[in-house]
Amino acid sequence: MLKRILIGLAVLCGLSGTALAQEPKPGGVVNVVIQPEPPGLMMGLVQNGPTQMVSGNIYEGLLRYSPKLEPLPGLAESWNVSEDGKIYTFHLRKGVTWHDGKPFTSADVLFSIEFLKQTHPRGRANMVQVDKVEAPDDTTVVFTLKQPFGPFLGIFEVGSLPMIPKHIYEGTDYKTNPANNTPVGTGPFMFKEWQKGSFIHLVKNPNYYIKGKPYIDEIYWHVIPDAAARSVAFETGKVDVLPGGSVENFDVPRLSKLSNACVTGNGWEFFSPQSWLWLNNRSGPTANKKFRQAVMFAMDRNFAKDVIWNGLGKVATGPSASSIKYYSSDVPKYDYDPAKAKALLKEAGYNGEKVRMLPLPYGETWQRWAEAVKQNLQDVGINVEMVATDVPGWNQKVSDWDYDIAFTYLYQYGDPALGVGRNYVTSQIVKGNPFNNVEGYSNPEIDKLFADGAIAFPDSKREEIYDKAQKILVDDVPVAWLLELQFPTITRCNVKNLITTAIGVNDGFRDAWIDK
Amino acid sequence: MLAFIAQRIGKAVIVLLAIVVLNFFLIRMAPGDPAMVMAGEAGASDKIFVAQLREKFGLDQPLPVQLYRYVEGIVTLDLGFSFRQQMPVSKLILERLPATLLLTGTAFVISLVFGVLFGTMAARRAGTWADTAITVLALIFYATPLFWIALMAILLFSVTMDWLPSFGYETVGANYTGLAHVLDVGAHLILPATTIGLFFMATYARMTRASMLEVKRLDFVKTARAKGLRDAVIQRRHVLRNALLPVVTLAGLQAGTLVGGAVLTETVFAWPGIGRLMYEALLQRDYNLLLGVFVVCSAMVLAFNLITDLIYRSVDPRIEFAS
Repeated sequence: MLKRILIGLAVLCGLSGTALAQEPKPGGVVNVVIQPEPPGLMMGLVQNGPTQMVSGNIYEGLLRYSPKLEPLPGLAESWNVSEDGKIYTFHLRKGVTWHDGKPFTSADVLFSIEFLKQTHPRGRANMVQVDKVEAPDDTTVVFTLKQPFGPFLGIFEVGSLPMIPKHIYEGTDYKTNPANNTPVGTGPFMFKEWQKGSFIHLVKNPNYYIKGKPYIDEIYWHVIPDAAARSVAFETGKVDVLPGGSVENFDVPRLSKLSNACVTGNGWEFFSPQSWLWLNNRSGPTANKKFRQAVMFAMDRNFAKDVIWNGLGKVATGPSASSIKYYSSDVPKYDYDPAKAKALLKEAGYNGEKVRMLPLPYGETWQRWAEAVKQNLQDVGINVEMVATDVPGWNQKVSDWDYDIAFTYLYQYGDPALGVGRNYVTSQIVKGNPFNNVEGYSNPEIDKLFADGAIAFPDSKREEIYDKAQKILVDDVPVAWLLELQFPTITRCNVKNLITTAIGVNDGFRDAWIDK
Repeated sequence: MLAFIAQRIGKAVIVLLAIVVLNFFLIRMAPGDPAMVMAGEAGASDKIFVAQLREKFGLDQPLPVQLYRYVEGIVTLDLGFSFRQQMPVSKLILERLPATLLLTGTAFVISLVFGVLFGTMAARRAGTWADTAITVLALIFYATPLFWIALMAILLFSVTMDWLPSFGYETVGANYTGLAHVLDVGAHLILPATTIGLFFMATYARMTRASMLEVKRLDFVKTARAKGLRDAVIQRRHVLRNALLPVVTLAGLQAGTLVGGAVLTETVFAWPGIGRLMYEALLQRDYNLLLGVFVVCSAMVLAFNLITDLIYRSVDPRIEFAS
């Protein structure tokens, strides 16, 4: 089965070469699954995954990113960085208009930044190093930083810093503005209709600034709440695209064997979802470093990858996914070694105390994974009690630090300063928030390394710092890293050129076309 | 009779209010709140973000204040605002109500008509192969989990035979009008309505059969036969009518669940109705929306209880209203 998927991926790589050589054909309708239904489509206010997936084709950011995370022109056609790494000048495209016909200018960029500082937690954090933003003319924006901030060029992706129309939102209550229900962006697709519980309908922006694009006329995003029903919808030809995570992993091999079905794991490079077990560092057996190391040795992560995830993904070696910047594999290794795990448990003085484990309530795949890890841990003598919750319950428990071991995965946003440090530095130990240093790990050396790494200049200095941080963390095992996840996107093979950037489907329909 | 109805409505209002208060606290006893869920979905929230959401939802207020505001709204027929869906709750419910009523109403009619019909047939032919076949099938449909029937129906009629659509209310993007639209919705309706209908049909059939066999043995049926009445008249006017009381009770109960009783079916078939809205509101701890759906469902149950009582009277004139 794994072989078939790999062959499928290989064939797809081959096909993508062919697709590039083919002349794109305009026209056509694409049916895509979206799940769960987004709570809203106004990207400045709602940042969850489904919103980004739909609205990333309505709104745009200043930059886009290649699968290797190199910045590509977006609403900014070019940019320069001063020699001291403190001044970034963006030159905006000329002739760009919002969907209502009003011109997009540098004033919109300035407004968007102020807007997002109020509403977007990541946007707010990313702007901390910005001293001032100026717009010398309609098509130029200059950011002056307090000090060099290494990941700065990586924060302009549409989900992180979407451009918001000033003429619609200025002077209004952002949260209750009626325009939130009919989003207006500059993107290749325009909002047409949303029948709640059924579908979201986007249509081609006829005035898009890239001549001839987008090629596709209409996109229907279908809301189908049941995972099995989503598989059937693809199987029966009612939908053309199943974005990553739409179906249970055990359905992927079956669906990938259908005629005219193509599967790819690409398009998640910017997010690089990394999964791990939070191990509560505050109290109980998990507070002991040797116990945590024992957990790492006890888990058969290759089994989880090959069987539970059907061969998709990679065994994680540490806090950074291998696809993000400054990843280092030169760290202590934790291969599956139950004997070593038992020895470490003995050294830790573990006496069979009960350890509460929270699975991630995201469906069958995660439940199976929790069962497998539980079995691994029990095999070396750890007394695991599984605690069942739903999503709100899981959020509550991890936010209140009411767990011993908890499954999770988080996005890394391409750079350790954006998506890795927050999980390990002391300043991010904040009760009541489910996505920070929930495990309670505190190490002044790590705090300093992540603080220095964010502002070190040039890149070689950053690399050195993050190498060191990864080594320390992997030795300390504040959390037990599991897999670099890969969420396969399944498409009809005649939907071409959909996954071309590091955020895949989220901004992919700009370049996609249908081979009729 | 009017006094009876007025008294029942008065009691219903009190019961409804009690349900609101009970549900208000019950929902809040579940772990997590809407702010936490939305912060979780954002994937990278901070304390300011969660605090902003709590303030927006009014969750930063003491519980009695939240309850007072909610009840105050209910009294003025305002079901509140769903901040997650960014719409008034009443608008959301009204948007979804037609789809649910169409689905459960169709299932109700299918199950009642065919259930009573098959039950009557089985009772009239008690002991024959037809009776055995109906009884066995009814038992199977009664005992089989709804979701399994739904999945098997999809597998058979959508995947294998490609006869019927597997999800949704209509063919999205087809923009059918008139008769074509009716037929399109009808095609989408068949699988989910039959799935819900089968269970109740089996229940009605079993109940009608048992009840008719019991009535058939009573003296007044013998008297009717002795009077020389035709069998068809005896069965229809004397046996069936007397046997229908328990069926009416069950129909009243089923009718009460018309709004909220199709959670599973609506989820499997992606039917955009109230049941799904309720399920999603529960998972997202969308308090106002969940309470709103509960209020509407409770009102429906109370209304159909009253209607059932009134129907009792017309089915069996011996029953009198106690004022």
